[in-house]
Amino acid sequence: MSAVRVYVPCDTTAVACGADKVARAIGRLARERNREIEIVRNGSRGLFWLEPLVEVTTPEGRIAYGPVAPADVAGLFDADFLNGGHHKLRVGKPEDLPFLRNQERLMFARCGIIDPLSVEEYRAHGGFRGLLKALKMAPAQIVAAVTESGLRGRGGAGFPTGIKWKTVSEAPMGPNGADRKYVVCNADEGDSGTFADRMLLEGDPFLLIEGMTIAALAVGATKGFIYIRSEYPVAFRQMNRAIEKARDAGYLGANVMGSGKSFDLETRLGAGAYICGEETSLLESLEGKRGVIRPKPPLPALKGLFGRPTVVNNLLSFTSVPVILDDGAAFYKNYGMGRSRGTQPFQLAGNIKQGGLVEKAFGVTLKELVYDFGGGTLNGRPVRAVQVGGPLGAYLPAGELDTPMDYEAFAAKKAMLGHGGIVVFDDTVDMAEQARFAMEFCAAESCGKCTPCRIGSTRGVEVIDRIIAGRDREKNLQLLDDLCDTMVDGSLCALGGLTPYPVQSAVRHFPEDFDRPSRKAAE
Amino acid sequence: MSTPSQGASPGAESRWDSAEARRIIESLRGLDGALIPMLHALQDRFGYVDDQAVPDLADVLNVSRAEVHGVLTFYHDFRRTPPARHALHLCRAEACQAVGARAIEAHVKQKLGIDYHHETPDGRWSLGAIYCLGNCACGPSALIDGETYGRLTAEKLDQLMREAEAGRVEAAE
Repeated sequence: MSAVRVYVPCDTTAVACGADKVARAIGRLARERNREIEIVRNGSRGLFWLEPLVEVTTPEGRIAYGPVAPADVAGLFDADFLNGGHHKLRVGKPEDLPFLRNQERLMFARCGIIDPLSVEEYRAHGGFRGLLKALKMAPAQIVAAVTESGLRGRGGAGFPTGIKWKTVSEAPMGPNGADRKYVVCNADEGDSGTFADRMLLEGDPFLLIEGMTIAALAVGATKGFIYIRSEYPVAFRQMNRAIEKARDAGYLGANVMGSGKSFDLETRLGAGAYICGEETSLLESLEGKRGVIRPKPPLPALKGLFGRPTVVNNLLSFTSVPVILDDGAAFYKNYGMGRSRGTQPFQLAGNIKQGGLVEKAFGVTLKELVYDFGGGTLNGRPVRAVQVGGPLGAYLPAGELDTPMDYEAFAAKKAMLGHGGIVVFDDTVDMAEQARFAMEFCAAESCGKCTPCRIGSTRGVEVIDRIIAGRDREKNLQLLDDLCDTMVDGSLCALGGLTPYPVQSAVRHFPEDFDRPSRKAAE
Repeated sequence: MSTPSQGASPGAESRWDSAEARRIIESLRGLDGALIPMLHALQDRFGYVDDQAVPDLADVLNVSRAEVHGVLTFYHDFRRTPPARHALHLCRAEACQAVGARAIEAHVKQKLGIDYHHETPDGRWSLGAIYCLGNCACGPSALIDGETYGRLTAEKLDQLMREAEAGRVEAAE
């Protein structure tokens, strides 16, 4: 009898919930009971309420069990889980769960399914097909395909990726131009409520390598950097191993897939600065400097890393590209609504029953995500507020969850999609405290370059403290509004410029939370 | 290649060795933008970056000591004094707040008797704030001696801290 494949995710969330211990326990018991198994450390399927999710290969397909604690392992062996036996933790075939069945997984098609570090499995599941096609195309054709697909930057700003690539590809080289160009991946996924980058770094790292290599071919770059935040040590190690394997297999290096074209990648580790998720600050950090914002212009596309023309894209922008090249721009563009084309990995987080990753075409509503996929709050209390787009995103009240996930629909509500993070709060949340936290966070993470952000955030905490204490409430609310306007209009980058979003949305939608002393007096 | 340095990493030796530090710095001089990888490597080895390293870094990279000092102090990860025996970083971000992180924060501060960015007087624990570990569907989250833990309660955190003190986090099953 051949060895049974047992999948135990190496994903950070799975490990944080005990997956390493579960994997060790399974290995030990298999030895004790003379069962021949092969343990594969896959990525996560993104069903985080079921992590650690253990899967076994059976003749009927993969059967999953979860959430598995180390203490459950002996019972699983007793129930003959290696043959898909019945057990209270058995969830059946993962793909039959509505949470997965109702998704449109393009970039997450492989995550959680394959061995993340196996080039062969990546290729067997459709990997490197986009790159193979790109190698047969002229650079301008690649840029045209990405432009035609409607792909917009997934970091939050939503700038058309094809236009950015075109600018870099047309930047002059030679004696009067640059001596080289760079491709830089922003994997400094600092927004609370987001983990899509991390999941792909850990669960399908070759997809990023493929996407960045296609970008390099399109713009004529020979070197790329992946900037990964230090809070993601597992992802950092996994990506480094994947780069080595890709190099050994001829997908990176002096002769990419025998094409004669050269491209190589290096990783760099951040050092705990949220601001380094801003592209110019990230470039400064990559150059070994303090992560201080650069004023624009010049655009990084023309003068980026070490002064050379540089594509800086969010990880999810790069990982959208292989499917666009493989299945065509029209295929990709067919997903989505309005000017938001394609799919977006939405991340369900915070107080939610079924937290995890939902890749869906733009246009799905917040309500469908929070209730149909997420199942409402974890503790069963009513949803009161949902913050979309990280710490710089607006809080939406329960009454506005009909909003479709679309860049323009969110902008019309003075909100933003950001990186697709969705954090759910129940009715016990104190929105004045959340507003205060937004300012406090900005003060802790400001790079200090511009005054509205550096000073404004500290003043913001003080003003909100006075409002909470009930001192000159009306006057201080007006002052807070003025301060927010100054930060929006006067900050150099999105940190100072968007911190007012959570603050003002909290005041707008939940005014009662900013009026507690007078409410107390009335009671 | 350096690895993350959230406080004390396992096996990090706190006694500074200038000669070895210099060798680490020189071994990475060929990297583009080498300063941050060098600082990570030093902190991984010694648990912190001693100010003695600043002139060496400046010399090898041909930048001013002020520039090195600026980088060393800009980033939250780098520490300039030997670490406490154990490092606890609590996630303070919104997704963890939504599932009770503020209560855990209050519990830990009271239990250790210190605020963020401080160490207990006996040198046993340092308490740090972290803004998101990417474990946002399974919070509240914390980092204990470089390992991420999720679905925390005050009781579970107490238990994990006891295990860390007893040196048996990995063996606890």
